[in-house]
Amino acid sequence: MPRVLLIEDDPSVREGVELGLRRRGHEVRTAATGEAGLAALGEFRPDLLLLDLMLPGMNGVQVCHRVRESSQLPIIMLTARGDDFDVVIGLEAGADDYIVKPARTEVIEARIRAVLRRIEEPGAGRPGVEFHGQLAVDRAGLTVAKAGERLALAPSELKLLLHLTAAPEQVFSRQQLLEHVWEHSYHGDARLVDACVRRLRNKIEDTPGEPRYIQTLRGFGYRFGPL
Amino acid sequence: MRTCTAPGAAAETKAETRRRRARRPRRRPFGLRTRLVLAFLLVAAVGCGTTAALTYRAARNAILEQTQNTAVSAFREQVQGLNTALPPSAESLRDQVLRIARQGKPRTWRVYAEYGSVRVSSTDRPTSSVITPELRARAHANAEAPHGSFQRVVKNGTPYLTMAVPALFHAFSAEDAARPTGLVLYAVMELDEEEANVEAMVTAARDGALPALAVALIPALIASRGVLRPVRELGIAAHNMGLGRLDTRIHAKGSDELSDLARTFNESAAELERSVAELRRAEARARRFASDVSHELRTPLAGMLAVTEVLDEDAAAGTLDSDTARAVRLVSAETGRLAVLVEDLMEISRFDARAAELHTDEVDAADCVRKTLQNRHWTDPASVVQDLAPGIRARLDPRRFDVVVANLVGNALRHGGAPVTVRVYEEGDHFVTEVADRGPGIHPDVLPHVFDRFYKADPARTRSAGSGLGLAITLENVRLHGGTVEAANHPEGGALFTVRMPL
Repeated sequence: MPRVLLIEDDPSVREGVELGLRRRGHEVRTAATGEAGLAALGEFRPDLLLLDLMLPGMNGVQVCHRVRESSQLPIIMLTARGDDFDVVIGLEAGADDYIVKPARTEVIEARIRAVLRRIEEPGAGRPGVEFHGQLAVDRAGLTVAKAGERLALAPSELKLLLHLTAAPEQVFSRQQLLEHVWEHSYHGDARLVDACVRRLRNKIEDTPGEPRYIQTLRGFGYRFGPL
Repeated sequence: MRTCTAPGAAAETKAETRRRRARRPRRRPFGLRTRLVLAFLLVAAVGCGTTAALTYRAARNAILEQTQNTAVSAFREQVQGLNTALPPSAESLRDQVLRIARQGKPRTWRVYAEYGSVRVSSTDRPTSSVITPELRARAHANAEAPHGSFQRVVKNGTPYLTMAVPALFHAFSAEDAARPTGLVLYAVMELDEEEANVEAMVTAARDGALPALAVALIPALIASRGVLRPVRELGIAAHNMGLGRLDTRIHAKGSDELSDLARTFNESAAELERSVAELRRAEARARRFASDVSHELRTPLAGMLAVTEVLDEDAAAGTLDSDTARAVRLVSAETGRLAVLVEDLMEISRFDARAAELHTDEVDAADCVRKTLQNRHWTDPASVVQDLAPGIRARLDPRRFDVVVANLVGNALRHGGAPVTVRVYEEGDHFVTEVADRGPGIHPDVLPHVFDRFYKADPARTRSAGSGLGLAITLENVRLHGGTVEAANHPEGGALFTVRMPL
């Protein structure tokens, strides 16, 4: 079962979520502060980080930045819904998804599984490595390289790129991407898609302002290419 | 069909209309300034005109009468001093006429004498065309008092004074009246000098009146400015107040009625500003309180909600005794309900604080509704009938639209009766979402309040399944899209909710 590190300052939430996840078979480690959480990372080696945004001292966004500097660990933010500003900042910092508090364990677990699930390729059975311009996408090894240099992509970024490159030049609406990449079956938040596209562009585009790989079609959505 | 528009939306529309009307500059062909200036000028013109006309008339009469009198009496004297034998010979008469002509007073005149068929004159023509038959008749008719008569004649633009004096036999006694001799002498004198004098007077009057009118313009402008400036300031100030700038004040000076008005306005504005500020503070306090309460509730709820499934599972597994299991289920259900209430409260407080944002996307309206129904498993055609026009693309916030549709359909299923019909169709530049149920409908007394917060249709049912905020949130979400939502009763029974949103 996945190992989850929960960083949350409120004891009741921390214990409640820990209890709920543990009952569902997860191995859970908790930390009350960002600093303690970062310290626990190396030792606990979790599969996923559940991160509260409002923390005393070092806040969730800073923790997120620090984790992303060195790792592709999946991160889900726990946030107060409607703190729209925080949501966007957290997503820009590199979180893969967010959960609005209060949430049932059922919901939390579903999101954890969705983020951790390996991409189910629409174009299965293709050769391992595809080349798109300077990008080399290895579907089997789940790695992406640009001009021979390996890119560190967060799970949501990798999933999004794999999904888009599986059908180059096909336009996907935000809602479609949300359903396929994040597995949100409800009318979710298009900001999740936009923020992820922005992060991905910063990593793969030559000039993020004039995207070549991931193009926007106003009013419709996004597509990969044509290059 | 009785229709009830959400009251807030209607008020907003009215306020918007009012504001638009106030913003439009009103151009009147005759503004207050024009009317004031015209009134001033009219008074000045009437004053100048009347004075000039009266002066002119009096002076003209004086000039003409003086000339006339002098001329008539001088001529009469000359005629009386006439010494000619009767019947006069043309020769001697001509000498007399020439003599009289030489002694014209105040100016030279032309003298004509007529006796029977004898016509002589001081000029080279025997008679003058200026002498009218009327004058001739008068000279002959006035036999009893033959003092002579005169007439002013204008010929070819030149004014003439014509006089006729009959020569009389002089009576030697006082009793005997003088008798006409039948000889009539006429004198014709040009009045062009007098005319020129009168002309000069008219010119003088006109030249005096025009500057007077021009001068009258200055006090007219000053007076109109004195009245208009405060009035205009008052207008601008009232407009600004209407736009919500309650700190607007007018500069009030002096002690006339207008400055009194300005002072009254300022006092009212200050009072209004105080009241509004107090209301705003109270409202802000209330909003902050609601928001704080929601936030404070959210944290313990987050912990509780995360473990309710543990409780539910244990209760369901039969490992607990029946009382504990019931208690556990109750706590679990209430926690879920509380979570919904807190979520709704937070959402409402965001609307109140105007912190709710719209994240629009261009989507297919029918698709959106279909997804909402699917995700909530409202797909049984016996309970929810879908009548969704395909191909309507609208710019909307899918998450908020989902809340709107889910609330309306959920309400219809809960309070109305199946089947619930959901229709989506295009209407002009709007798209309409209709949710109709087959229930008993909404009581007319309740209809205007369905969008109120925590409004309970049935006072006995103090707690319904929802939070009591669902329709209020629906209304806010629709408004955020610039749309309207209406509640009504369908003529065939059941409630009908209609959402109109711009495409």
